[in-house]
Amino acid sequence: MNATANPNPNGNPSPTPNPVPPPPPGLNPNPSPNGAAGTALAIGAAVPRADGPAKVTGAARYTADIGLPDLAQAVLVQSTIAKGRITAMDTVAAESAPGVLAVFVPGGPLRMAPVASFYSADNGPMGDARAPLSDELVHHYGQHVAVVVARTLVQATAAAELLRIDYAEEAPRTSVDDVSALTPPGRDDIVRGDFAAGLAAADVRVDAQYSTPGQHMNAMEPCATLAHWSHDGDLTVHDSTQDVGAVRTALATAFRLPRERVRVISEFVGGGFGSKGTVWPHVLLTAAAAKHLGQPVRLSLTRPQMFTSCGNRPATRQRFVLAARRDGVLTAIAHDSVTPTSVGEDVVESTGGVTTMLYACPNITVRQRIARLDMPPPTFQRAPGRAPGSFALESALDELAHELGLDPVELRIRNHADTDPTSGHPWSGKHLLDCYRIGAERFGWDAYDAAPGSRREGDLLIGRGMATATHQMDQNQSAARAELRSDGTAVVSVASHDIGTGTYTVLGQIAADALGLPFDRVTVRLGDTGYPQAPASIGSQTVAYVGPAVRRACEAVRDDLLARAVADPDSPLHRRPLADIVLGPELVADELDRIGALSISAIGHHRPESELPYAVHSFGAHFAEVAVDSGTGTVRVRRMVGVFDIGRVVNPRTARSQLIGGMTFGISQALMEHTVVDPLRGHVVEPHFAGYHIPTNADIGELAVHFVDAPDPHISDLGARGAGEIGVVGSAAAVANAVFHATGKRLRDLPLTPDKLLAD
Amino acid sequence: MPEATDEPGKEPRAQPGHGGEGTADVDGDVEVEVEMLVNGETHTMRVDPRVTLLDALREHVGLTGPKKGCDLGQCGACTVLLDRRRVTSCLTFAVMHRGREVTTIEGLVGPDGALHPMQQAFVDHDAFQCGFCTPGQIMSAVALTDEGHAGGPDEIREWMSGNLCRCAAYPNILDAVIAATAGTAGSAAAPTTTTTTRER
Amino acid sequence: MRSFTYARPHDLTQLWREHGPDAAYIAGGTNLVDLMKCGVATPQRVVDIGALPLGGIELDGDKLHVGALATNSDLAAHPLVVRHLPMLAQALLSGASPQLRNLATLGGNLMQRTRCGYFRDIAMPCNKREPGAGCAAMDGSHHGHAVLGTSEHCIATHPSDLAVALVALDAQVSVAGPNGARVVPADAFHLPPGDRPDRETQLAAGELILGVAIPLEAAGAHSCYVKVRERASYAFALASAAVGLDVRDGTIRDARVALGGVATTPWRARAAERVLVGSAPGPAVFGRAADAAAEGARPLRDNAYKVELIRRVVTRALTTLPDAPPPAAPGPLSGEPT
Repeated sequence: MNATANPNPNGNPSPTPNPVPPPPPGLNPNPSPNGAAGTALAIGAAVPRADGPAKVTGAARYTADIGLPDLAQAVLVQSTIAKGRITAMDTVAAESAPGVLAVFVPGGPLRMAPVASFYSADNGPMGDARAPLSDELVHHYGQHVAVVVARTLVQATAAAELLRIDYAEEAPRTSVDDVSALTPPGRDDIVRGDFAAGLAAADVRVDAQYSTPGQHMNAMEPCATLAHWSHDGDLTVHDSTQDVGAVRTALATAFRLPRERVRVISEFVGGGFGSKGTVWPHVLLTAAAAKHLGQPVRLSLTRPQMFTSCGNRPATRQRFVLAARRDGVLTAIAHDSVTPTSVGEDVVESTGGVTTMLYACPNITVRQRIARLDMPPPTFQRAPGRAPGSFALESALDELAHELGLDPVELRIRNHADTDPTSGHPWSGKHLLDCYRIGAERFGWDAYDAAPGSRREGDLLIGRGMATATHQMDQNQSAARAELRSDGTAVVSVASHDIGTGTYTVLGQIAADALGLPFDRVTVRLGDTGYPQAPASIGSQTVAYVGPAVRRACEAVRDDLLARAVADPDSPLHRRPLADIVLGPELVADELDRIGALSISAIGHHRPESELPYAVHSFGAHFAEVAVDSGTGTVRVRRMVGVFDIGRVVNPRTARSQLIGGMTFGISQALMEHTVVDPLRGHVVEPHFAGYHIPTNADIGELAVHFVDAPDPHISDLGARGAGEIGVVGSAAAVANAVFHATGKRLRDLPLTPDKLLAD
Repeated sequence: MPEATDEPGKEPRAQPGHGGEGTADVDGDVEVEVEMLVNGETHTMRVDPRVTLLDALREHVGLTGPKKGCDLGQCGACTVLLDRRRVTSCLTFAVMHRGREVTTIEGLVGPDGALHPMQQAFVDHDAFQCGFCTPGQIMSAVALTDEGHAGGPDEIREWMSGNLCRCAAYPNILDAVIAATAGTAGSAAAPTTTTTTRER
Repeated sequence: MRSFTYARPHDLTQLWREHGPDAAYIAGGTNLVDLMKCGVATPQRVVDIGALPLGGIELDGDKLHVGALATNSDLAAHPLVVRHLPMLAQALLSGASPQLRNLATLGGNLMQRTRCGYFRDIAMPCNKREPGAGCAAMDGSHHGHAVLGTSEHCIATHPSDLAVALVALDAQVSVAGPNGARVVPADAFHLPPGDRPDRETQLAAGELILGVAIPLEAAGAHSCYVKVRERASYAFALASAAVGLDVRDGTIRDARVALGGVATTPWRARAAERVLVGSAPGPAVFGRAADAAAEGARPLRDNAYKVELIRRVVTRALTTLPDAPPPAAPGPLSGEPT
C-alpha cells in the first residue's frame, strides 16, 4: 500500500520482519469475505508504515517543500513588546529593499472577515480569533505586526529586518502567580459529594502544591502555509495542519467564500501535538497576501516564531488535598488549579479532568481559575489538562501511599473506580487492574525495597515510581470514501491526516480487511478537503472514529459489487451465497471488467450514538526506574514500562511508536521541558532548541510498551480507542515518584533539573 | 523555485580568492556562482552569498529532503554529508563549499531505486513517525557508521544526539542503526574499540 | 540578514588585503552564521579563511600545535589528543553535536560568543552588543548566567567547552594581523566584561587566530572533563570542570582546574590548584579545592545553585580521574593509536 502522494521507490512495501500474528479472537464481528486464500487479516498485524519509503527517501513532501512557478516568500515581523501599541512604522527601507513585493502593516490593504475562536461559544476554527494586522494594539510579545513578501526568502528576511517600529509600551502581566490577573472564580467548578464530610472521615491527609511550567509543542516541522488563488477566485492552500476542515472553514469565512471554493491540502505533516490543531493567524495572512499580490505565497514560521504563533501549554499551579482512611480508601479530594490564558482567549487547561474520574472517591471538589496575561494564547497540547493534572494527582497519590506505608500500586487498586464516578455509567471497557498487574510484573516492581533512598550504585541513587494513565474519548463522527478499481486495487480517501500517527497505514489495514484485499492493494489518500470530512487529528480520535467510517465505506462498495454480481446472470457469481464468495483482486478486476466500469465507489459514515450509556476511556500504567546522580543532580530514566488498555490495537508497531513518543513526552515534561518567560518583558527567553530542551537520543533509556489488547465493544465495531495521548498521561508523575523513591526528596515543581535536585 | 540552472559556459565562472566577486542580479543583490557535486551530479547555481547550503539545496537544486527544523543548528533535520562528513547545512553558506561533494537523503537511493540499508532499517524498525527529522537522522546514521561510532547502544545514542525527534522514535532509531550496522559489519565493527574509549 | 560581499583568500597576504572595517572571518560558520541570522553580527564583508593552510595538528617537541582550522571532530579524534590530553578530547566531544563538530573549528570555538538570550535578541538591551544599553539579564532570566568574573554590566556565560580545557592546559594562542604575529596565553585571551563587555578577546581588529600550542605535560595527560547539563547530550553546560593532576610519590606536584558554564570567560580556578599542589590526593583535599574553586562567586536571584554546582563538578572531576599513572611523555612514535 502506498501513501498516494509519493510513489514508493521500491514499488512494494518491505516485507514485515516479524511474521504476521494470528488475528485476536473476535476480531471481525462483521466478517468480510476473505481475500486470496491464506491471506491473513491486516488488522492487528504489525504492518510497516505505508508512507515509510516516502519518508526515508525525502520523497514525502511537507508544506514548505512544495514549490510553484512564481512563488513569493513571506516573512512575519513580530512585536518586540508584550503590551502597548504601535506608534509609528517606517516601511520605506523595507519596501525599497531588493526583491520586495510588498510590506503589509496594520491598517494596510489586507482585509479579512472575523473568524471565531475554538474557545468561543461558536467553537470556531481559530486558535487566536483576533484578526491579524487589524489594529495597532499589541497584546503579546511576538504578535504579528507586519508581513514582508519578496521574491526570495533571503530578500524577505533581510527586508523584514529593515522595518522600524516605535511602540508605546505598558507593563505586561506575565506570571500565572500574579493574583491581579485572576478572573472571577466558580465558573468551572465541579463539586461532587461533601468534601468537608469526607475530610472529617479521614485518618490521613496530604495537602501539597504542585506546579508545572509552560511548554511549547515544538513539532519538528515549523508551521508552513502556501496559498494560491486561481484566476477565477478559487483558493488552494497547502498547510501544515491537523485539521484541513478547520483551515477551510477559517479561510472561507475570512474571505467570504463558499466552502467548496477553498481547497486545503496537507499530505504530510511534520508533527503537531496540538500546535496545528487550530488555525493560526499566519495562515490567513498568507492567503490574504497571495490574493493581494495575485501570485502564490509561501510562509514558514521560524523556530523562534513557533514560540509565539501557534499556541502553548499553559503553566499550572495546583493544590491537592487528598484525604483517606488508614486502609488507603480515599474519602475526599480537593483540587484547585490556576492556569493562565491570553487577553483574547479563555483557554482553560483542564487539570481537573483526571481528578474527577480516575478514582472512586465520593467527595470531590475541583476548582479551576484562569489568570489573564499579556501572553500569546495557549491551546491544547498533547494530553491537554491531563498531562499536568496527572502529574499533580499521581504525585499526591504517591505521597499518600508513603504517608500510609502502603504500596503505591496497592493504593491505586484499593481506589479503583468500577464505574465512571462522573457519570455513574459503566466503562465501555476497562482493564486497568490488568495494566497494574502486568506492568508490575514486567517491570519487576516488587524487587525494590519500598524505603526511599534504599538503593545505591556508586554515586547513583536508584528509584522506582509508577502512575496511572488515562484518556477520555470524546465521541465524534466521520465519513470516508472507498473505491474499487478494475485493476483489482482500492483507494480509500478521507480528509483526515497522518501527523506521524500512522493513519496512512492503519486505515489501509482496516480497508484491506473490509474489502477482502491484501494490504498492498489498498491506497489511502489523506489531507485534502476534497475528500469526505473527518474530525481533526486531535484527541486521539482518528483510528477510533475515522477507522469505522472507512470500514463502512469499504463494506458498502464491496456489497455493491457483490450485489451486482450475484444478481447478474452473466456473472460467474450469479446466485452464489455471499458467504461462499472469496473476494480478492481478481474478483474485483473481473467483476468491474464485466460491468464495464473502471471503478465503483461508496461513502461510509461513522455516526456514534449521541447518548452512549457507557463512559469511554482508555487506561494504562507507567513504571519507571530512575538513576539520580547524587553528585551532580542529574536524573536519567533508565527504563520504563508502560501497559495500555486502548481497545483494539490495529497496528501494534505504529501504536507502540506513538506510546513510546507519549512516554518520552512525559519524561521530557518531568526532567527538562520548560518555557522561560522574562518576568518583566513577557517574551520567551531563548525561543529555540538550545534554550528549550527536548530530549535527545541519549536521554532515553529502555522503553517497553505492552498492550492489553481488549477490543472496546461499545465505542464501535472496530473496538479501537486511540494511542496518541495516553502515553503522556502519568508518565511525568511516574518519573517524579521514582526520583522521590531514589532520593527521599519530594519535588513538586517541574521540571526536575539539577538545581532543584541539589537544593536543600 | 526553478530547478538548478546548469548552464556552463554561459556565465563567466567566478574566480575564488578575488574580492568583490559576483554580479548584481535583477534586484541589485549580489549573486555568485556556485558549483557543487550534489548526489553525483554537478550543479551550478547563482546564489546570493547569504544563501545557506540548506537553502541552496532546497530552493536552488530542488532537493527538499534536507529539512529546515530550526535553521539554527539545533535540531539536525538539515544534516547532509559534505565531502562524506555529516554537517548541519543550515549554519554554513553555500558559497563556502564550491567544488565540494554533497550527499542528501535523495542521494542514498540506489540507481535502481533500491533503498540504502539504513533507509530500509528505518522502515523496518519504525524509526520515525511524522518523518520530518528522518532525512537528517538517516544521514547522521549513515555517517555514524562510517565514523565507527556504532560500537554499542550508548555510543549510538550519544552519536545520534545531534538529531532531535519530537515524535521520540529514539529507541526505534537505535534499533535501526544497530540492525543496519550489523548488516555492514565489515565497515562498522573494526573501529569501535577505539571510539568507545573516546566517548566519555 | 544584511547583504555582504564574500572573499576566500588563499594566503595571509591576500587575507590582510581582503579584510577591513565591517568584515568578519568565517571558517565553519556554526557561530557566525547563527549570529548573522539573529542580526547580532552584521558584517558587510565575509572573509572565508577556509582555504588558508591552518588545518594541521602536529607534534613539535613537547607541544601539540593545532591550526585554527582544525575541526572539533578532527582534534577530538587525534591520537595524541586522545592519549595525552584526555580533558581536551572529552571537552570537545561534550560540546554541540557530531555534525556541528565537523564544521566547527578551533579558532571559531575560541571566538564563540555567549548564548545569553538577551545578547542574541536584538530587541533587548545588552551591554555586550551595545555598551551602555543596559543588561536585561540582571532583572530578567539569568538561571544559566555566570557567577564568576561578572561585572555590574554583564553576567553572560562563556559557552565554550574546548576553551576551558585549553585554559587548563596552559595553551598559547598564536595570532597574526597585518602588523605582525604574537602569542597570547589562552588564560589571558578572553577578557572579563568589566565596563566593556563588548570587548571579549585580546584580538585587535583584523587579527586572526592562527592556532594554539598545547604543552604535553603530566597534568594534561592525567586529566578529565566533566560537564553537567540539563539533558544528556547536545546542551550547553550548567557547570563543567577540566581538571588534571600530576601526582608523583603520593604528592600532587601540578594541578589544573578550570571551569566552564559558570563564568564570563573560560575560568582558571587557580585558588583550587593552590589547595591541591603539595597535598596527597584524597577526598578531603578535593573538597577543599572544590570550595576554593567557587570562591568569589557572586550569584544573583536565580543562579545561586551554580555555586554549589561548581563544588560538585570539581569534586566529581577530581574523583573521576583514574588512578593509573599517566602515559609516558610522547616520543616520536607515540602518536600511534593504542
